[in-house]
Amino acid sequence: MESLTFRHTTKKPLPGAKPQAITGVVASGNLEVLLERVLPPDACEVAIETPITGYGPVWEAVVADFVARAEPGGIRISINDGGARPDTVSLRLLQGARLMEG
Amino acid sequence: MAIDRDALSWYEASARQRVDALLDTGSFAEFLGPEERRMSPHLPLFDLPRAFDDGVVVGRGRLDGRPVLVAAQEGRFMGGAFGEVHGAKLVGLLRAAREIKPAAVLILFDTGGVRLQEANAGETAIAETMRAIAEVRADGVPVIGLIGGRAGAYGGGGLIAGTCSRLAVSEGGRISVSGPEVIETNKGAEEFDSRDRALVWRTMGGKHRRLTGGADAFCADSVSAFREAARALIGRAPAFDLATLEAEHARLRNRLEEFGDCRDATEVWARLGVNDPDAVPAMDARAFDETVAGVGGANHDAR
Amino acid sequence: MADWRGDRQARDARLDAGRAHLAGRGKVVAAQAAVDLLEAVLRPGDRVCLEGDNQKQADCLARALSACDPGRVHDLHMVQSGIVLPEHLDVFETGIARRLDYSYSGPQGARIARMLYGGQIQLGAVHTYLELFARYFMDLTPNVALIAGVCADRDGNLYTGPNTEDTPTVVEATHFKNGVVIAQVNEIVDRVPRVDIPGDRIDFVVAADKPFYVEPLFTRDPGAMTETQILIAMMAIKGIYAEYGIRRLNHGIGFGTAAIELLLPTYGERLGLKGKIATHWALNPHPTLIPAIESGWVEQIHCFGSEVGMDRYIRARPDIFFTGSDGSLRSNRAFCQTAGLYACDMFIGATLQIDLMGHSSTVTQSRVAGFGGAPNMGSDPHGRRHPSDPWMKAGREGQVVGDPALMRGRKLVVQLVETFGDKLVPTFVERLDALELARKIGLELAPVMIYADDVTHIVTEEGIANLLLCRDADEREQAIRGVAGYTEVGRGRDRAKVEALRARGVIRRPEDLGIEPLDADRSLLAARSIKDLVHWSGGLYEPPARFRNW
Repeated sequence: MESLTFRHTTKKPLPGAKPQAITGVVASGNLEVLLERVLPPDACEVAIETPITGYGPVWEAVVADFVARAEPGGIRISINDGGARPDTVSLRLLQGARLMEG
Repeated sequence: MAIDRDALSWYEASARQRVDALLDTGSFAEFLGPEERRMSPHLPLFDLPRAFDDGVVVGRGRLDGRPVLVAAQEGRFMGGAFGEVHGAKLVGLLRAAREIKPAAVLILFDTGGVRLQEANAGETAIAETMRAIAEVRADGVPVIGLIGGRAGAYGGGGLIAGTCSRLAVSEGGRISVSGPEVIETNKGAEEFDSRDRALVWRTMGGKHRRLTGGADAFCADSVSAFREAARALIGRAPAFDLATLEAEHARLRNRLEEFGDCRDATEVWARLGVNDPDAVPAMDARAFDETVAGVGGANHDAR
Repeated sequence: MADWRGDRQARDARLDAGRAHLAGRGKVVAAQAAVDLLEAVLRPGDRVCLEGDNQKQADCLARALSACDPGRVHDLHMVQSGIVLPEHLDVFETGIARRLDYSYSGPQGARIARMLYGGQIQLGAVHTYLELFARYFMDLTPNVALIAGVCADRDGNLYTGPNTEDTPTVVEATHFKNGVVIAQVNEIVDRVPRVDIPGDRIDFVVAADKPFYVEPLFTRDPGAMTETQILIAMMAIKGIYAEYGIRRLNHGIGFGTAAIELLLPTYGERLGLKGKIATHWALNPHPTLIPAIESGWVEQIHCFGSEVGMDRYIRARPDIFFTGSDGSLRSNRAFCQTAGLYACDMFIGATLQIDLMGHSSTVTQSRVAGFGGAPNMGSDPHGRRHPSDPWMKAGREGQVVGDPALMRGRKLVVQLVETFGDKLVPTFVERLDALELARKIGLELAPVMIYADDVTHIVTEEGIANLLLCRDADEREQAIRGVAGYTEVGRGRDRAKVEALRARGVIRRPEDLGIEPLDADRSLLAARSIKDLVHWSGGLYEPPARFRNW
């Protein structure tokens, strides 16, 4: 297993008031994403546990693009990965952000 | 956002989606939610990923305004298999039921059995769950099993299903102890070809279980159908007493005597009085319900 | 003095030798005598076509051939569409066969690569279907053809059944050039349902020990379709089908195109595209097209072959499919490939690898999968002379220089891929594995499935790259990098250049097309399971057991 953590500063907090949300399932090619509104409004942290090692730069790029797009300030994101492809990761992150806004 | 219970496929939905849509809207409150991070202590040893809820969602909610406790297995995480935490959450829920006395405990099965990586804990959990169900039922709380996920109710899950007050199953749902591949490995493909999925389903699938009285309600593959079945079955739960036990033993003994020599499920169905057994797999839920109504044996009150 | 009838006399001698193994009346030979028959008819060094492609297999005859005595039957030159069954390669291990010209090897791709590398096979070339068929009439005419049909009468009149496929082409080339045709059939009947091959072209009929095998190659379970595939399908429909008004087309066999088929009656309907796109098809009877057919989208379909379980449905829809007077499907690979090449305005399909220029290949380092028909469909036919709106629009987009009065159109050749394949293998690469494989096993020509100059669009979950609009090699490379997602190729993009291409519409993201990625949901699929397809078909579709969960 490989653990990765990425911290970003955001310009604004993620809209909405929902304290937490979870989406996805830990299965082959899939992942679960837990979002918790527990950080200062300009901070975002993404912690990943993955069984596939050596993809740090890909995760970094996927997370950076997500943060730039969603501006998820105040959110701690925890991921249990089942070997998902980057496009699936992006999709789940966006789904999670939408759940928190709803 | 309101969920369309009619449109949501039980087979495709996740454990969380099933629970949310099954219960009265917004009524579900989870125990030991994902934020508690009660994950398997064993899986990291095998370099396997964990799930925040260890593959089972437990909590309380309302069904038609009546309080229920509910557990839902996630069939896509490790095949919904029982591990230590997973099992403890289910056992704990059942024990809580003895104090809370809800209108029912609903178990949304979706499991291949016991997780190999934590087999001892998983096997123990199966035994503890069966005992807990017996105690809950003895206290007068019905335990209703709902089976329609991709993993079915296999292994220890099949055993636990056998101890429930009532079972509802859909066509995609399967109930058995040994899985198709296990049977083929032990007995050969001539005895049971696990790749012949039509054979697998007519031997272990929802329709066969319903026709032979192994399940008490048959549902179309929608959350609304399972919700309807759960409501109905709570009202039809049998007493948990010696008479029920003896009646159930009699049912099983009769079943063996009547069908023990059949070589295929279609022979069983023919002997039950189904006019065109070969047509059964293709029937929709309505046509199948009519077929069930026309045969004896399917509606047996014991359990 | 020249002997103008030597081949004819040799053929008569083969027939005489074979007749010793007839079982009573007519041309019928028992399955048990098949080996004797082949040993009597075949000569060392013969060119032999053993029928088999990506679907039906003359498997009884394949087993018989592999059981022949290599002392009597050896050094054959196999000229056949498909290397699919183990027996197809066993004959090269025993020396029964030595040379090979073929087209498709699917499941035997890894073993054929090993045997090529080990020198057990002398390879002529890996062809596309149409060019192999063409060579049957030019320089690879078979001496003996071993073919498969559903049933025959004692005179050899042959009913191929819905999987007609290659049979008419193979028989045409063999019979009319002094060759011997041996057909295996599932059943000998008094009267065939229809005559697909007249009896005078069939020399021997082997009553097979079991029905010939057909692979359900074109069945895609909607239950396995992912949100990403649905997103890609939405972009293709809105950004390509609708944009160009594609009515005549061919689909590949991947999940992406199957998702498109399932989105036509839902997403396509919502966009108001019914009747405007996807009306005429060169396509096998894909079960996933049933909802679109039932919803009135499809006018007609011509098929290469059939598909397991679709026969009853096809019989009930003669307005859509080509059927015989008996009611069953008549397929024909050669004609359908020709239709795909010349009469379709678009081919859209998946591939395993795409390089920086847009060359694509399904070869991996250890597998030679062959081509099948994709390059016939996935190429711009320079011999085309009839205009159509999509063809002319693509031609205008691609024309950079020259006299507009001399412009010709372009066929759309669309690659529909996810940026990563199974096990996180990237689809986009700097260099195709095919090149390394060609070097390793000494192929003169690298096995490129579709050459870059034929590809017009690449669609991934990240967007659509319109290569027609690229004006130089650098733009083309950045357009490809710009849809390559998080692969190394994708992360190596020049962001400024990619944004400039996007501004020009060379790259279009989902949001540029008005598509919200989070809307890409399985509830959009007209069928979410094989059972749903059965319901759509009114119970006429009978899926094989392996696809059932009821």
